[in-house]
Formats: sequence, structure tokens, C-alpha cells
Amino acid sequence: MTTLAPQPTESKPSAVSSRNQKLIPSRPRSAGYRMGNWIVGLVLSLGGITMIAPLIWMFSTSLKTREAVFSLPPQWIPDPAQWDNYLRVWDAGPLLTGITNSAIVAVSVTVVGGAASALAAYAFAKMRLPYKGVIFLGLLTAIMVPFPTLMIPQFQIFATAGLVDTLWPLILPAIFGNIVMVFFLRQYLDSVPDSIIEAAKIDGATHLQIFWRLIFPIIRPAIAAQFILWFMAVWNDYLAPIIYLNSPEVQTLQLVIARFNATYASQTDYPLIMAASCIALVPVLTVFVIFQRQIIESIALTGSKG
Amino acid sequence: MTILEKAAPPAPDSSRPPQRVSTLHRREHRTAALFVALPVLGFVVFVAYPILFAIVTSFTNWNGITAPVANGVDNYVRMFTDQYFWKSLGNTVFMMLAIPVGLLLSLLLALAMNRKMAGTTFFRTIYYIPVISSIAAIAILWQWAYNGDFGLVNQALGYVGIDGPNWLQNPATAKPAIMIMAIWKGLGFSMLLYLAALQSVPRQLYEAAALDGASAIQQFWAITVPMLRPVTFFLVVTNIIGGAQIFVEINIMTPDGGPEYSTATLVWYIWRQAFDYLNMGYATAMSLVLGILVLAVTALQFALNRRNHFSID
Repeated sequence: MTTLAPQPTESKPSAVSSRNQKLIPSRPRSAGYRMGNWIVGLVLSLGGITMIAPLIWMFSTSLKTREAVFSLPPQWIPDPAQWDNYLRVWDAGPLLTGITNSAIVAVSVTVVGGAASALAAYAFAKMRLPYKGVIFLGLLTAIMVPFPTLMIPQFQIFATAGLVDTLWPLILPAIFGNIVMVFFLRQYLDSVPDSIIEAAKIDGATHLQIFWRLIFPIIRPAIAAQFILWFMAVWNDYLAPIIYLNSPEVQTLQLVIARFNATYASQTDYPLIMAASCIALVPVLTVFVIFQRQIIESIALTGSKG
Repeated sequence: MTILEKAAPPAPDSSRPPQRVSTLHRREHRTAALFVALPVLGFVVFVAYPILFAIVTSFTNWNGITAPVANGVDNYVRMFTDQYFWKSLGNTVFMMLAIPVGLLLSLLLALAMNRKMAGTTFFRTIYYIPVISSIAAIAILWQWAYNGDFGLVNQALGYVGIDGPNWLQNPATAKPAIMIMAIWKGLGFSMLLYLAALQSVPRQLYEAAALDGASAIQQFWAITVPMLRPVTFFLVVTNIIGGAQIFVEINIMTPDGGPEYSTATLVWYIWRQAFDYLNMGYATAMSLVLGILVLAVTALQFALNRRNHFSID
């Protein structure tokens, strides 16, 4: 398994390249390079418009009247902007319930499952345990099994337990930990020297104390990155909720807006649908804006690990 | 839990004084076993047992309510003769044609953003926003964008004088429509990985090549492309695994599998057989076939990845 990944500290691409920059005397950029930058900038801008236009159009539609949606040529800036679509939407469906349910699932899963994953990663990386390599490899096989293969048996488990149409089927399988996160944190812990753990043991610290006082502060950036990625994945999940949840009062946000879509499309109330979709995007966009650096770094790290 | 119980007796350690060490080790083993117990338990209950259950169930006729009735290999035979199974499998594979297109585009983007110029951080953010947006909201947005009369896509095409079709209602365009959306959504992710890989290519390689008189294009083929191979491989594999499981877009944009089943994917068909038609046994058999296909791709990744790393290191 050691061949799989470089040390996390090694792959800070920006740091590496800027260091190289300093070694090589920087030569003034030629006029050709600057010209090239203009052309590339133009192409990137056109591409960027393509990427963002649908989202802006979504927001724009959410501010229109029902009739204005069908006006040709289309108006990009609704006049007057129907901000009360954003008030109407809360009464039109269980949007607030959806947000609450999604938050309950995402927070409980990431907090409990994150703690379980971090402790397991510490044990796999730094503690003595017979057959731990075999156990770890066994767990890794779970990554290879796609959820659709497991969904019918899992549904049967929860049906037998009488938990269908509750949030438990979304929470329970995940709070035992996330193998991808265990894998990632275990790699990260390789860069922590064994000697500091041995020293703490000699001082009489328990493993829980060592983890909490010593290990956790060191791996906190890695945990944060994994935490955010996992949170967004759970928040955006759709397949598991659609299998388990029927009643409006237990549906997660993604289901609520999908049902919104199905209901109001027949009434051609597109502004309302788009307002609901915009609201569904706000939490993840906020998380992304706040944690942009961690998200981008951990994604880049994931890829370089292969 | 049986694994852990078996693991409990510590391996005899002959190189050290026996008693003290073994007590210490035993205590550590116990704590370590406790720490890994949760993921192991989760694995047993929610992965290992379901797989066994699925294997058994795939040989039964089962509606999910009454007891399953063994029917041998009937489900697998039925799969072979079920035109909708083949159609969904074919659609799933066909949609993977979007993967090379998306990778090529994202490589070009990464090359563009790897230049020393202002605004790259801004562009990186813009291109990445679709990646983090929820697929349900994105599917709703694009469903409306593909509307034949008032959708954004046909309006944009109208500016250049093209009269676009009613994308999702037309068997010929429904699949490409979903592929375009998938490319749009995934572009930022691959671009970011390519960008990170580009930035970690040692600059000295280019300097040396330049001294030897290699042109920019020669440098690209001789240095950049080989150095990007591990990332390309990783992206191809993860995209195939993700593509094999495409469901949300289909479920939201074409709830009935599209015109003439043209957008029905394997997971969508499994889902429909299981939870709409209550053919749980048949659906389980299909989900096992899907699992084996994905497993084959993943195993290939692990096998080839090892070789990749040797060639790079």
C-alpha cells in the first residue's frame, strides 16, 4: 500500500513551483507571452461564461414572474425582480424541513463517522494490533463495492428493522466511519514520527490521550478537508434518500427540490422551482467559499495519490 | 466481530523478555481493537452481509414482501433476454464517451491556467462551482435549460442561427444532452487535478529540454504528457466508476427513462425494477452484475497503478 501515495507534505504543488521559481533567475516575460496571455484570458473568459451562465440564468429565472419566463427574447435582468418568489417558496413545499433533515443527517454522519474514522486511522497507522494489515485490506475492499449493489440488501435490513421512512438508514451505515477517510488519514499519519508517540507512552499517557492531545492537532488540517468533502457529499446525496424516504416530513433537501420540480413543472411555475434550487445550492456554495483553499488542496492531493 | 476475537491473542514475541512486554502489548491490542471495531462492524453489517444476501437473493424470485422463492439462474437468463437490460447497459456505456471529451477539455483548461497570468484563481473558482453544486439542483436547472422553446441552450444556439431540438424529448438528442451536462459539471474537477499535476512537474526538466533545443510542442509530448499519465489514469478510472452509476440526472430529467428508453441507465433500471415493479430478486441480480463490472475496473486500477508508480518514481 505504501507505493500508493507520496507523503502529504510533499505534494504542495504551489510551494514547489514557487521555490523552483526562485532558483531560476526570472527572465522578463516576452511580448509574445503577454500576447498569449490575452488570448488565453479571452478563451478562459468565454469558457467561464459557459460555466456560470446556466447558474446565473437559474437565479435570474427565480426572480421572474411566471409569464416573463416565456418571453422571447429572454430577459436576463427581470424587471421588476420578483423577490417574493423567495417568500412564496417556503410555503409551497417542506423546504425548511428538508434543510433541517439534511443538516441532521450531514452533521451526525460527519461528526460521529469522522471521529470513528480518525481513531481507526490512528490505530491502523500507529498502534500494535495483530492482523491489522489484513483487516485494513479487508476494509479497503468496501471501497470497490458500488452503493447500487448494496442498496437492495440494505433496504431489506432497514425494512426488517422498521426504519424505512426515517432518517436512520441514511445515518447508521455512515457513522461507523468512512473507509476513504480512514485511508487518507492513515497515509497522513505516516509523516508523524513514532518517537513522539513512544515518548508519550513512557510518560504514561493513554492512547485516547495521545490521540486527543498529540495526534488530533497534527492531523487537524487533513480531518478538516475530509470533513468538508464528506459533508458536501452527504448534503448532495440523492439515491439513498429517494430509496428510503417518502413522507414529506422526513425528506432531505435534495428530495424536496426534486419533488418541487415534479409538482410545479406541470403548473409551469418555473420561478418557484428555480428559487428552491437556488436555495438548495446556498449551503454548499457557502461552505465552498469559506473553505475553498482546503477543498482545492485536498482534491489536488486526492488526485496525486491516485 | 469474529475477526477481532480471533485477533485478540497477541503474537508471541520471542526477541524480548516475555512477561512485561506481552501485558503492555495486550493492553495496546485491546485499545487498538476498540478503535478499529466501529469501521469493522460497519463493514460487516453494511457491506459484507449485504453482499452475501445479494448473492443468495439473486437466485430467487422475490418481491421484497413475501418470502423469496429459489428459482436457480432464472434471473440471469432473464437478463440475457431482457432488451431493456441491454439497452440500459448500452446507454450507460455510450454515455461514457463523454469521458475522453471531458478529459481533453479539462487538460486544455489546465494548460491555459498553468500560465503566469492574472485571474487564474478567479477562473479556477468559476470552473469549480458546478462540481460542488448538488446534482439534483443541477439536473433541475439543465432540464429547464434543455426546454425546446424557452430553454437557455436553444436561446444560445439561436444567436448563431441554429434551431435547436427539444433535447430531452428526442431519442437522438436525449443522451448527448445528458452527456453535455455531465461534461459541464465534471470539467472543474479534472481541470484541478491536471493543474496540480502540471505544477508539480519539475521545472528543471523543461529547462534541460529547452537547452537541448526541444520546441514547446516537443516538450509537451516528451515531458508533460508522460508526467500527467498517472492523473489521467486516475481520472479515467474514477470517471468510469462514476459513469457506471449515473442515476440522479436520469431520475430527475427523464423520469421515465427518456423517449424510447434512450436515457435509461443500468442503475436507473435496477432502481425501477426493485422499487417500482418490486422485482427485488431480478434487480439484485442486475446489481451484482454492475458490482462485478465496477470491481473489474477498480481491480485493474490497483494493478496498473502499481506499475505506473514504478515508472514515474
